[in-house]
Amino acid sequence: MSYQVAELETSAYGSSLGHPIRGPRALSDDWSRFWHLTYNIARNEFKLKFFGSILGYLWQVMRPLLLFGVLYVFFVVIGHVGKGGKPGETAYGVQLLGSIVLFTFFSEATTGAVRSVVDRENLVRKIQFPRLVIPMSVCLLSFFNLVMNLIVVLIFALISGIQPMLSWIELPLILTLLIVLSTGVAMLLSAMFVSFRDIQPIWDVLTQVLFYSSPVIIPVETVRDKLLHEPLLWHIYLLNPLVTIFQQFRHAMVTHAALSAGQTLGSWADLLAPLGIVAAIFLLGFWVFNRSAPHVAENL
Amino acid sequence: MPQPASSCAPAIVADSLTKAFRVPEERTHTLKERALHPLRRTRHHTFPALRDISFEVARGEFFGIVGRNGSGKSTLLKCLAGIYGVDHGQIWMDGRLSTFIELGVGFNPDLAARDNVVLNGIMMGLSPREARARYDAVIDFAELREFEELKLKNYSSGMHVRLAFSVAIQVDADILLVDEVLAVGDASFQQKCFDVFYRLRDEGRTIVFVTHDMGSVNRFCHRALLLEKGEQAYLGDPYEVADRYLEINFGREPQQAGPIIDEHRGGDGQARVLEAWAQDENGRRVGSLQQGRRMTVVALVEFKADVEDPAASVQLLNDDHMVVAVATSAAAHERSGHFHTGERALFSFSFDNVLAPRRYSTLFTLAHRGTGLDLMDRIDDAFSFVVTGPRALGGIVDLPVDVSVERVSAQAAQEVAL
Repeated sequence: MSYQVAELETSAYGSSLGHPIRGPRALSDDWSRFWHLTYNIARNEFKLKFFGSILGYLWQVMRPLLLFGVLYVFFVVIGHVGKGGKPGETAYGVQLLGSIVLFTFFSEATTGAVRSVVDRENLVRKIQFPRLVIPMSVCLLSFFNLVMNLIVVLIFALISGIQPMLSWIELPLILTLLIVLSTGVAMLLSAMFVSFRDIQPIWDVLTQVLFYSSPVIIPVETVRDKLLHEPLLWHIYLLNPLVTIFQQFRHAMVTHAALSAGQTLGSWADLLAPLGIVAAIFLLGFWVFNRSAPHVAENL
Repeated sequence: MPQPASSCAPAIVADSLTKAFRVPEERTHTLKERALHPLRRTRHHTFPALRDISFEVARGEFFGIVGRNGSGKSTLLKCLAGIYGVDHGQIWMDGRLSTFIELGVGFNPDLAARDNVVLNGIMMGLSPREARARYDAVIDFAELREFEELKLKNYSSGMHVRLAFSVAIQVDADILLVDEVLAVGDASFQQKCFDVFYRLRDEGRTIVFVTHDMGSVNRFCHRALLLEKGEQAYLGDPYEVADRYLEINFGREPQQAGPIIDEHRGGDGQARVLEAWAQDENGRRVGSLQQGRRMTVVALVEFKADVEDPAASVQLLNDDHMVVAVATSAAAHERSGHFHTGERALFSFSFDNVLAPRRYSTLFTLAHRGTGLDLMDRIDDAFSFVVTGPRALGGIVDLPVDVSVERVSAQAAQEVAL
């Protein structure tokens, strides 16, 4: 009804009325503004981290390295994980560090996004800008860190004697999949946190669960052998799209001895399942965020 | 009053804007509660913030939005800015829009001035190149060139405000939405704000200005919109808006003048004030009176005994309980005559209303002839009325002052000095 009225009004004034003000939304018509905002917020945060303390960049790299060191000592040296001599366990150290770095990106982007909209209440309530900029800038910041960390992984890999492979060109594809998944979760969580404040502890726990149920410490090959007679558990394990992403990273980037994503899932056609899950999470996240965006300034 | 540049298409069109806030009565803050009570519907009560607001702002117009706290003026500004969505209605803007709800939104205290200025510019809708290009203008206007490398957290609050204001006004927008918070700060800063407003107005920018300061409405605005409880109370001439605002603010009919209750009365009771009221130049009984017009304070008196030459007097007290004016009938009509028992008389006091805009109460006394201390009746706070006017200069009365400025030659000045 109101829409019809609006149309009448428009035609009465002709086309000289300028642009309509539609209220806050997740996205804007002006994509370059969206990008510049996202980029500059992320860049400023990055700068703060980088130059904020004496060690700056080192701290950023230290986090995954320290985690790697602890895990390596306890699981590899003491627990003998990855020393079974199975084909998937070649260059286990590089695999471990690479997976930690990828997981660090996922966990930084998602846990950072949870509070992001609420923490930037001041902006949301006082300036009109596409709301999606906020979780996206968190993801972009995590991506900057990921690039930094991947450089360390590369150095570590070359020191460990990994030869550059043609399959390294798969890296952008693998990262794209990881980014789409992470931004989807980030959108979902940041929008939900506005109404449900216990999302934060819930997600902290879930992140822990995902860390241990993804092929970070325990290689897929080991899990598959142990779950050989538990097909249900094995399928639940595979539902986690991080399994596919990390495993393909290990296969393509570290050693072809590790199972590829296709081999893990059964066939390359089965890749459609994790791809579908990632797409579904992304679309769900966007849908939830987009729906909450017009009212988020009032509900804070 | 300068007229806005005439133009065919309005800069802003707002068409029957309606907005309500849904306030949940008991807010479920957690997913747990939601999961435990999935069927319990959270009850909301809706709070209507804006109802059917329509107006147009012409290009180059300085448009005021005024209203009391909670009248919806800031909500309207946020709707215009696109920060809140409206429930019904449409808004069109023709031109680049810039909003100042608060100074220095999004400033990061850990970053230097440059990063903050650039980020703020991008927030306001500039491209990074434009934002960087205007950085020099911003820093020069704020007079902070020597501190540009300093982190914002090390700025004094004055420097902080200067930078924020400078950032706000260096945006090259056609339409500016300005909240009153911009006009805070010390006197010199306020003057700087006003200078900028004058400049922007003269440059032909379209400005929408939210305030509850009637002085600035009259100084700047071509037209104004008065909001009362989310509804459009008046749209038009700023002086009229200022008058109505003061009426609403002080209550339209403050303590309705009328029959007087027999309490707290003094005197011997040989005469009683039955009714007292104020009336305007047209003889209408009103509760609010416009400054500068003729007004009359009237008391209807009934005599309970035969009285010779009674004298009535009225005192006007402002809300600081200061006696602003006293008038007595004894001055002009010392021999007012002989009144019989049961007779009635009207005592009227007319004067040009030079009272400062605020609330006044009245004190009536009726006395026997003589010193005026031998009281027949005395009523404190018989009724009160409100004086409305565009200016509140701070005096207790606003005398009609003729001001002249004459140039004096140096020689003449010397003669005066001698």
